[in-house]
Amino acid sequence: MTLKRIKSVRFGILGPTEIRKMSVSEIITPDTYDEDGFPIDLGLMSQKLGVIDPGLRCKTCGGRMVECPGHFGHIELAYPVIHIGFVKKIHKVLSATCRSCGRVMLDESERMRFIEEFDKIKRTGGDIEDFENVVKDVFRAAAKSECPFCGERQLRIRFEKPASYYEVDEEGGERRLMPTDVRARLERIPDEDVRLLGMDPENARPEWMVLTVLPVPPVTARPSITLETGQRSEDDLTHKLVDILRINQRLIQNKDAGAPQLIIEDLWELLQYHVATFLDNEIPGVPPARHRSGRPLKGIAQRLKGKEGRFRGSLSGKRVNFSARTVISPDPNISIDEVGVPETIAKELTVTVYVTPRNIEDMRETVRRGPRHPGANYVRRPDGRKLKVTEKNCESLAAELDVGWRVERHLRDGDIVLFNRQPSLHRLSIMAHYVRVMPGRTFRLNPAVCPPYNADFDGDEMNLHVLQTEEARGEAKILMEVQANIISPRFGRPIIGGLHDHITGMFILTRGFKRFSRDEVLRILRGIEISEIPPPAGYDESGKPFWTGKQIFSVILPPDLNANFRAKFCDKCYERGEACKEDKCDRDSYVIIRNGELLRGVIDDKALGSFKGALIERIYKKYGPSAAKEFINKFTKLAINIITQYGFSYGINDSDLPKEAKDYITEEVLREAIERVKSLQEAYEMGELEPLPGRTEEETLELLVMQELGSARDGAGEVASRYLDIENPAVLMAKSGARGSMLNLTQMSACVGQQSIRGERIKRGYQNRTLPHFRQGDLSAEAHGFVKSSFKDGLTPIEYFFHAAGGREALVDTAVRTSQSGYFQRRLINALQDLSVRYDGTVREARGIIVQFNYGDDGVDPSKSYYERYIDEIVEEVLANHESSDESQVMRESEAEAKAKAEAEAGVEVEAADAQEMMRW
Amino acid sequence: MKRKVSILEHEWVPKHEVMSESEVEELLRKYGIGKDQLPRIKVTDPVIKEIGAKEGDVVKITRRSKTAGRSVYYRLVVAR
Repeated sequence: MTLKRIKSVRFGILGPTEIRKMSVSEIITPDTYDEDGFPIDLGLMSQKLGVIDPGLRCKTCGGRMVECPGHFGHIELAYPVIHIGFVKKIHKVLSATCRSCGRVMLDESERMRFIEEFDKIKRTGGDIEDFENVVKDVFRAAAKSECPFCGERQLRIRFEKPASYYEVDEEGGERRLMPTDVRARLERIPDEDVRLLGMDPENARPEWMVLTVLPVPPVTARPSITLETGQRSEDDLTHKLVDILRINQRLIQNKDAGAPQLIIEDLWELLQYHVATFLDNEIPGVPPARHRSGRPLKGIAQRLKGKEGRFRGSLSGKRVNFSARTVISPDPNISIDEVGVPETIAKELTVTVYVTPRNIEDMRETVRRGPRHPGANYVRRPDGRKLKVTEKNCESLAAELDVGWRVERHLRDGDIVLFNRQPSLHRLSIMAHYVRVMPGRTFRLNPAVCPPYNADFDGDEMNLHVLQTEEARGEAKILMEVQANIISPRFGRPIIGGLHDHITGMFILTRGFKRFSRDEVLRILRGIEISEIPPPAGYDESGKPFWTGKQIFSVILPPDLNANFRAKFCDKCYERGEACKEDKCDRDSYVIIRNGELLRGVIDDKALGSFKGALIERIYKKYGPSAAKEFINKFTKLAINIITQYGFSYGINDSDLPKEAKDYITEEVLREAIERVKSLQEAYEMGELEPLPGRTEEETLELLVMQELGSARDGAGEVASRYLDIENPAVLMAKSGARGSMLNLTQMSACVGQQSIRGERIKRGYQNRTLPHFRQGDLSAEAHGFVKSSFKDGLTPIEYFFHAAGGREALVDTAVRTSQSGYFQRRLINALQDLSVRYDGTVREARGIIVQFNYGDDGVDPSKSYYERYIDEIVEEVLANHESSDESQVMRESEAEAKAKAEAEAGVEVEAADAQEMMRW
Repeated sequence: MKRKVSILEHEWVPKHEVMSESEVEELLRKYGIGKDQLPRIKVTDPVIKEIGAKEGDVVKITRRSKTAGRSVYYRLVVAR
């Protein structure tokens, strides 16, 4: 067979001649099989229409079951019927053409104008939309009451659902246009007029919208199913065709017998119904044709339409082999680029291995193991025969195995697979992992890779696909490995990093200069592959050596790493106009790393967290993906060891405040705020409130009250945080960025604050009041959803009600938002799916039309760029290397390159100038 | 009182210039494309009307860009 290229695709309507031409047999009888269960010729299951039984041959082409694609038949309809898919079009065409001469009712000048317009679109390469707009104008212009050609008075055509047309005269008298009349009218339209209507007379004559011959789909398109009982069950389409044939036959009989017009018309109507529901069984206003069981039958339209239809269900999306799906659960002891696979799944999924002289012994052993785990399911001999490996024949097959055979062996440790969690919203939703076969029934996943998949372990399931070719495995290894995707292409920072416990643990370890004994150090470093520990930081009173937490952390840092940055724990003095004290920071929140040694600062969310991960980013950029992966593996283990050792918990008492703090909050902060709200309200009632520009007095009051109450809650939180120090686990988690915020804490221990609906205080409910507990028109804080209590103390019933009202809005919002953003995403992806960045840096779509002349204006891949984030550090490093110029030349050059690249990408002109200066020097 | 304001003076309207024939030729050669592969802009677009570009012209648009500081874009003027 020669390969051919599709140059163009043309759509049209099948006309009667074409239907007869492609038909291999006319279908006449509604019966399918005779008494012996043999298909009847000229029946719906005729053997000329294709084969659906294995072993038989097609009577038309002689092909076997898979070879023969099936062949169309046809039914000669006794009377024409309207094609239900064209009812609207027919109505439009009828209204635009003359009832007597069939011309499109445009006078000569109009004709010229429209022909001109069509030509212009063709010349300038306009799209279908432009074309259809002109067609729309044609139909509008052709709606005349008198034909400009023959002068015939026109009658209005009324369309009645589902498929009838009436001519309405001036007095309102109506005459039904039977499909024969409609067809006759459409036939009269000359070819050149058909073109004006936007149709192509070669491929879609208007009268073909009225069916005289019905194509019968091949049996391969409507196969019957044999039930266990041996009974045959026919496809919905076959059932429908039987109905059509029955009525058609009766119609022919009645016609030949000269039955009264009334009976003919009734049967005709019935034929119309059956043909219509055969094509589409969900026509509005038409009762759907039903199966004996009451289930609506599937028409042709139903096969194509919707999510499960041919397009979205069978062509855009298909089911695949070599895949598995199960629940995921966490395993912090496997590497982030691994996935734990249950043995039962590993035995089902296979990798095909070609037997070569180099692996024949290994493969022999594999086949010998047969169905026991690291074994094989099938072998394929060079002649193409596929043999199942069983407990019985595995020994003999292993002996027979030779070079050139193929072995479908079980999934093993180290195999590369693709791992995916839906919805696959970005490319990080599918990454390559290495297999670890494990007992159990779930996929095991290192919790640090949850963020890119957006996975958690509350019952999430994930899919796994086994790669089958060497090319696929190679590509996955280079592009899709987890470590290759640590930096997100979305924001150029690590998306994989420490989670809650990792941050907490590291914070506890590295804050200040905690001392650890030799035993503690060894226990903390357990399971992390290091060969020696650094010399002790000092000796305590009893002469025993001790190490600091910062030292322990430094053990897992690369030996020549340098970094300076502010931790999450930073109090942001610089934002208050004070100079950053840097290494003299009294909160120890300025991180300084010199030559792989953490000298100052605490390691928290900013350094290790997913979405931030300043340290992970530096290691990734300087030492590459594998080093970053190892670093993540090590610090997560380290952090877990610490938090296990140290112990970390949160109890109900941890949100307690001392009595004086509580009293201060209720007696001073909240009371005063409520007092001020009251005076605002009084001022408003007296009409003394000065309205803010552009607002009414009411709005001004609301605004001021909201402000007042907002600062009241903040004030309460401020008081609470004065009494809760970093020893409080919730504070520790909030300040280190592990989980939660100070606001959450405030709400737990001090005051929940104002509840809102649509950004306003709660004001719905009864007439001029929210609840019957208040007076009408009460504008006080309590009456509009201010919650004075804390969660720990508990809410009053009224507060509880307001809180529930606000909470419901939050719930509804998230539900609505997810479905909306999902749909937006789908539309966006559909619109952008075939854009690509070409080698010249341009972004083009499939036809080569340019969308961007330079990707993102600057041609930078955010995941490969340094930005200006730590340009100082790079410059510093280059300088340091320069001074010790005996050091390797290569190293220096790569550094300089990195720096130059970083600057070019950052577009920081001042620094770039400096760098050039330095390079000259 | 009506006051006629040129939209070209507006903060958010980037600089649009009609390119000369030779410039267009060079542009097409640079990207190895035909005119039909350029992004389009309608003649009815207010900016195009304002600068008086005609169908078939190519306009050079110089914009401020968050990522690159300054970016250049080219669009072919089309009828519809």
